[in-house]
Amino acid sequence: MFYRLSGVHHANYVSDSRIFKVPADRNLAAFILLLGLAAPFIIPSLYLNSYMLPWLIWTAAALGLNLVTGWAGQLHLGYAAVMAVGAYSAIHAARFGVPWEFALIIGGLMSSVIGSLFAFAALRVKGLYLALTTLAMQFVMDWVLTHSPMISGGSHASLQSPTLALLGQDITSDTGYYYVAFGWCVLVTIFMLNLKRCGLGRALVAVREKDFAAAILGVNSFYYKILAFATSSFIAGVSGALLVATFFFLAAPEQFSVAVSIQVLAMVIVGGLGSIIGSYFGVALILLVPGLVNGLVVSISEGLGMQVNIETLAHIPNAVYGALIVVILLIEPLGLGKLYGNIRDYLMVWPFDQFKK
Amino acid sequence: MDWIFLAELAINGALTGLLYSLFAIGLVLIYKASSVPNLAQGGLTMVGAYVVLALSYDAGLPLWLAIPLAAVIMFGLGFGIERVALRRLAGRPVVMILMLTLGLDIFLRGTTLAIWGGTSRSMELGVSYEPLFLGDIFVSRIHLVGAGVALALFVAFMLFFRTRTGIKLRAIADDYMASWSVGVSVERGVGLSWALASVVAVAAGVIWGEIQGVDQALSLLLLKGLTVAVLGGLDSILGAVVAGIILGVVENVGADFLDPLVGGGSRELIVAAVLILTVMIRPHGLFGRHDIERV
Repeated sequence: MFYRLSGVHHANYVSDSRIFKVPADRNLAAFILLLGLAAPFIIPSLYLNSYMLPWLIWTAAALGLNLVTGWAGQLHLGYAAVMAVGAYSAIHAARFGVPWEFALIIGGLMSSVIGSLFAFAALRVKGLYLALTTLAMQFVMDWVLTHSPMISGGSHASLQSPTLALLGQDITSDTGYYYVAFGWCVLVTIFMLNLKRCGLGRALVAVREKDFAAAILGVNSFYYKILAFATSSFIAGVSGALLVATFFFLAAPEQFSVAVSIQVLAMVIVGGLGSIIGSYFGVALILLVPGLVNGLVVSISEGLGMQVNIETLAHIPNAVYGALIVVILLIEPLGLGKLYGNIRDYLMVWPFDQFKK
Repeated sequence: MDWIFLAELAINGALTGLLYSLFAIGLVLIYKASSVPNLAQGGLTMVGAYVVLALSYDAGLPLWLAIPLAAVIMFGLGFGIERVALRRLAGRPVVMILMLTLGLDIFLRGTTLAIWGGTSRSMELGVSYEPLFLGDIFVSRIHLVGAGVALALFVAFMLFFRTRTGIKLRAIADDYMASWSVGVSVERGVGLSWALASVVAVAAGVIWGEIQGVDQALSLLLLKGLTVAVLGGLDSILGAVVAGIILGVVENVGADFLDPLVGGGSRELIVAAVLILTVMIRPHGLFGRHDIERV
């Protein structure tokens, strides 16, 4: 009733390989795209800049991690380090005088090169051991960043990002930053949507399900693992660079620490492995809810006339963030994307499934 | 190179390493019983230390009473964590279990700090800070005490694994399904391993709290503990002790050579390098079981 069809039934291959198999999904996507384009005129600039912008960039980054963890099935606990490589290379390139368009691509390519190093660990081990190796690599990268003033920018270990300029236009307004982030997120989303339905995506899924079995079927798991790591690292690098260029304005090693790696992984898993819409939900939840709960605690304690210790307030978002991960995993291990899918599947056939019983 | 200085570095490294083992034994206990990598062990250690402090300083109990009481509380907490969280994810892919324990770690850390505040507190065990000289070699007393605790726990667990309950745990570690079919309560066994790991966390929290103060930094022991556990083989307690000593010596001696070259702070780097090399060269560690994967 809501989707004006009851179930998805393909009659030919063309309909099977469509991006949106249900017209209502396509309409919804178009509506959200329009909403995103109109957002600067609807949403106050404070919210636009402090919520929408990081949400979009982190979503792009999370989609990149989803590519390697959700699609190719390779655990990655060093994603923030890869983002850092992209951010620092792009900003150094931009400071050197390279136009931003190329600086972003340089950042992405540098990330790809370094990120492929992580893939060599993936060729030897998988699962838990891969997670631990990438975690150790993250520590090594952190160490290199903080111990080489040449990269991290002198004694204060911070690096000012030059003014962002794309296609000859200086971008300095909030609206401009928003559109840059929006454009990048849409690009990555379109890429991921198409990945699902092409040979590369299917090969990655085969590697995820069982790499030996994939090799027997003639899928070169070695090649596809490296490809997955390189592609996801490219997305990570550009996202990292944009994050610094449009949100932080200053690159510092703490922005790409282990905690950030864990956070991106949490976004992907809470959203749902291999789910695109789930990544949007996951990022929103992890990024926004802890702050909201904190605001709630403050207002409740003020309402009750209680004085909450300032230190307690500072640590509540962390506790909430951890609890969110645990609770979502316990409720639905496949993440918010799966919850959305369940609701959608229910509504798809809604009044008619009642008659079957 | 001065041999006495080198010996001093090695001995102190070995003692520190045994303290890493103390931490790693908790990881190994859980991995052994349920193949779950417990990344929340750092958070548990921190909670253990804070509970001891809360009982001894805030409630005014003497330390010899506070520590066993904290161990009992943590025993319950460990059991509870397994019951509420881990059991429901049993059999899921490792990525979800990893994320769950990471989430638990963040939650435990956040809650602890929200309750007791983030300022570093000191844990006074009454061990004197007077240096102890063995011949010409300087040894820290608290490290010696901690190493003793680690070895005592190691012996205790070795004996424990010979008791009836211990044999059940070993059976569970060996094969879930088989132990189920002969009537071993797998759930209770796994819960027990979490409870024991939490008790180990109290020991690690107390000793490390005395050495570096009780604060968030306690949970940073996780990387070193993981390295020790992986080097030792993840499911071998003997491995954890041996690997702890190896890592401690390599870290202490290596840092002394490397620090002047790179301008300090090379300990983290050495630990990470040991972890990467172990996984690359010998993923099942020194004493771990080598799993064979079938398609």
